[in-house]
Amino acid sequence: MWLSSLHRITGLLLSLGAVALAIWLIALATGADSFAAVARVYGAAWFKPLLVGWAFCFFYHLANGVRHLAWDAGYGFDPAHIRASGWTVVVVAFAAAAAFSYAAII
Amino acid sequence: MSLMTPLNRVLGLGKGAGAAEHWWLQRMTAVALLPLGLWLAYELLMLPGFDYASVVAWVREPATSILLILLVVAAGYHSAYGVQVVIEDYVPGKGMRAATLMASTLAHVALTIAAVFAVLKIAFGP
Repeated sequence: MWLSSLHRITGLLLSLGAVALAIWLIALATGADSFAAVARVYGAAWFKPLLVGWAFCFFYHLANGVRHLAWDAGYGFDPAHIRASGWTVVVVAFAAAAAFSYAAII
Repeated sequence: MSLMTPLNRVLGLGKGAGAAEHWWLQRMTAVALLPLGLWLAYELLMLPGFDYASVVAWVREPATSILLILLVVAAGYHSAYGVQVVIEDYVPGKGMRAATLMASTLAHVALTIAAVFAVLKIAFGP
């Protein structure tokens, strides 16, 4: 129940992250000056928590998305499996987001 | 009481027209985004730097351009449909719901096409 809401919330936040990614690509195509302006914002200290947050949303939504696809295919829909896979998703998301943030963002 | 002929309803032209296709495309883009998303995360980790020259050189590689366009299109569709479901669930009032839905769809189409164009411009640029 709680993880389901989190799937929606992380999905919505990832839509905003996709906007940031699109702005990054558009600035890159516009030229070195516009890219530098966007890179200055994305590289600022106040922006880092957003990037780390998007990394968590990405890995959570991806891992929990696999869980949803398995349910759609008819697997893992009994209470014991749902609880076990839910915890797996949470652990995987935190671990992957922490590793990615450490390597690429911080 | 429906005014539709039974044949039309069977052909999927009733109230839920297109819902199954939407549902299916949402899953299809989800499956596509699994490898594409992990690929992007890996590539960002491997980038030598986030300066203009490094990023342009990366985007310009044919494999990067193609995979980026696939990612942008899949993510654009997946996001548009995901946001649509949330709007349908939470935005009250028929008119307000339709207006929000239209704004979201237009924004998704505009940004997706702009991002695809940006990748193409870099790929084929000077």
